[in-house]
Amino acid sequence: MKPAFSKGGKLEKLHWVFDGLETFLFTPGHATEKGAHIRDGIDLKRTMSIVITAMIPCLLFGMWNVGHQHFVALGEFIGHGEGFWDKFLFGAIKVLPIVVVSYGVGLGIEFLFCTIKGHPIQEGYLVSGMLIPLVMPVDTPLWMVGIGAAFAVVIGKEVFGGTGMNILNVALTARAFLFFAYPTMMSGDKVWVNTSVEPGQQVVDGFSGATSLGLAATGHADKVTSLLDSFWGFEAGSIGETSVVACLIGAAILIITGIGSWRIMLAVVLGGATMSGIFNLVGPGLGNAYMQIPVLHQLMLGSFFFGLVFMATDPVTASQTNTGKWIYGFLIGLLAILIRVVNPAYPEGMMLAILFMNVMAPLIDHYVVQANIKRRSKRMNLQTA
Amino acid sequence: MSTEVLTPEAKPAEPLFSKKNRALITDPLNDNNPITVQVLGICSALAITVKMSNALVMSISVLAVVVVGNVIISSLRNVIPSRIRIIAQLVIAAGLVTLVDIMLKAYVYDVAKQVGVYVGLIITNCILMGRYEAFAMGNKPWPSALDGLGNSLGYAWILLVVAFFREIFGSGAVMGMRVIPESWYSVNGGFYFNNNMMILPPMALVIVGIIIWIQRARNTKLIEAA
Repeated sequence: MKPAFSKGGKLEKLHWVFDGLETFLFTPGHATEKGAHIRDGIDLKRTMSIVITAMIPCLLFGMWNVGHQHFVALGEFIGHGEGFWDKFLFGAIKVLPIVVVSYGVGLGIEFLFCTIKGHPIQEGYLVSGMLIPLVMPVDTPLWMVGIGAAFAVVIGKEVFGGTGMNILNVALTARAFLFFAYPTMMSGDKVWVNTSVEPGQQVVDGFSGATSLGLAATGHADKVTSLLDSFWGFEAGSIGETSVVACLIGAAILIITGIGSWRIMLAVVLGGATMSGIFNLVGPGLGNAYMQIPVLHQLMLGSFFFGLVFMATDPVTASQTNTGKWIYGFLIGLLAILIRVVNPAYPEGMMLAILFMNVMAPLIDHYVVQANIKRRSKRMNLQTA
Repeated sequence: MSTEVLTPEAKPAEPLFSKKNRALITDPLNDNNPITVQVLGICSALAITVKMSNALVMSISVLAVVVVGNVIISSLRNVIPSRIRIIAQLVIAAGLVTLVDIMLKAYVYDVAKQVGVYVGLIITNCILMGRYEAFAMGNKPWPSALDGLGNSLGYAWILLVVAFFREIFGSGAVMGMRVIPESWYSVNGGFYFNNNMMILPPMALVIVGIIIWIQRARNTKLIEAA
């Protein structure tokens, strides 16, 4: 089968599509050719597959939680342990189409560009394609997911030169695009919980589909989910981001394999804690209940942990220098909590904070490198003088 | 010893649409487009491209101001002292813009209200001063008129293309006529939503960027050496 795809073969044009599938998740066949190099066995494809593994807990929990929220809204299976398979199956039926559309559209465009430009397929989209469904509300129409994925791949990535060249995190580009393009489907209190009813069912009285942050932003900071529930993730929200536990499992996988930067993760937590600490101090004076949510609880709410584990650590768009990573992460945490609490138009600040710091990351790196050069040249002058 | 009197050979009059003159119109449409290649007049391309009708009115206004202004300045080019030429150009531009503004208010009041302040701001459109200063000051009236025409047409088609996409996806209409049927909208039980992003200026920038991308992919000589 391979010859048909090689140069001169019948299906020459599809060579890179074939190549991408043939080496899927394996190390490509080429080896270092000249000189002595020490080459790590890990490459882009392996990196991507580990990140996807790290996201699986979030995906599985997300599926269950979609079902859980749905049945609780209908007043059935209210306990956490009840109706496990009903909930999981319901969620899987809702979530899998979104995953399929995200991958189908994104990879389709990626294959198209590779064929036109004639370069090997890069698997950058494997991770983005999984992240996009995880940050969507469950009721997002599939065509919107498709448009978001298409916009993110073309405008967020391909115009800059493809995988590894993008300025902004691809999955967040998709989400930000949809957030501003279709605000009614990406925010508010109607979209987070699927309330489709079958004959004989009805939504329970007093049901509110709002997320904790949505409630807090509209002045009901006392109604947010409890610390423990938001830690486990029994709350309304985007599909994959509610559970801090699932995110922490992912974080552990990323840190142990050395793929995600622990510096960034820790820095984001510190930044978020600092800002919510400051709010705790000034909150009582201002009489603002939202500001008075305790630090730990504030961090557990919303997609703070999901963003810091899977998106802030994106090696392409984050800072590259170690000092830079601390600054970059710290400011993400700071800004995320600041936007979330102070600006009611954006109930969750994590997306905007990460995108903003993505833009700033090269600047941070530039000054870190310059400072290093300055320090070293100073030291050299001292020695020669 | 015969003296040959060198009579200056009368230059044959250049035909009105010589190759050079035609290039004055066609170049700005593509290879030297004021928006996508010279990157001038971006502000108005972002500001008034939400609806096609506004973009059309804006294009016609700019066309009038650039062509007429080019002719006037080109006729006066030997009279205007070079030290105060910018002021002279500005006075002419301001006069023309005011005229256009008054005309719009007189004949198409509804549109004039919508494009409002942007007509007055034509005077700050870099294409205007660019053409006056770079072309009309050094060329005869007829080529100047053609140059003005070419540049404003180059400006106009970009504006109209951007406005077309913004209006059809942002409001579901073209030139104010509904294209996407009402019954598709989710408020009427359908599945469709207007793309709010298209109404916001950043999307105009993205569309202009895509036009530049396509243009450079087709015409590789526009790509600067790295």
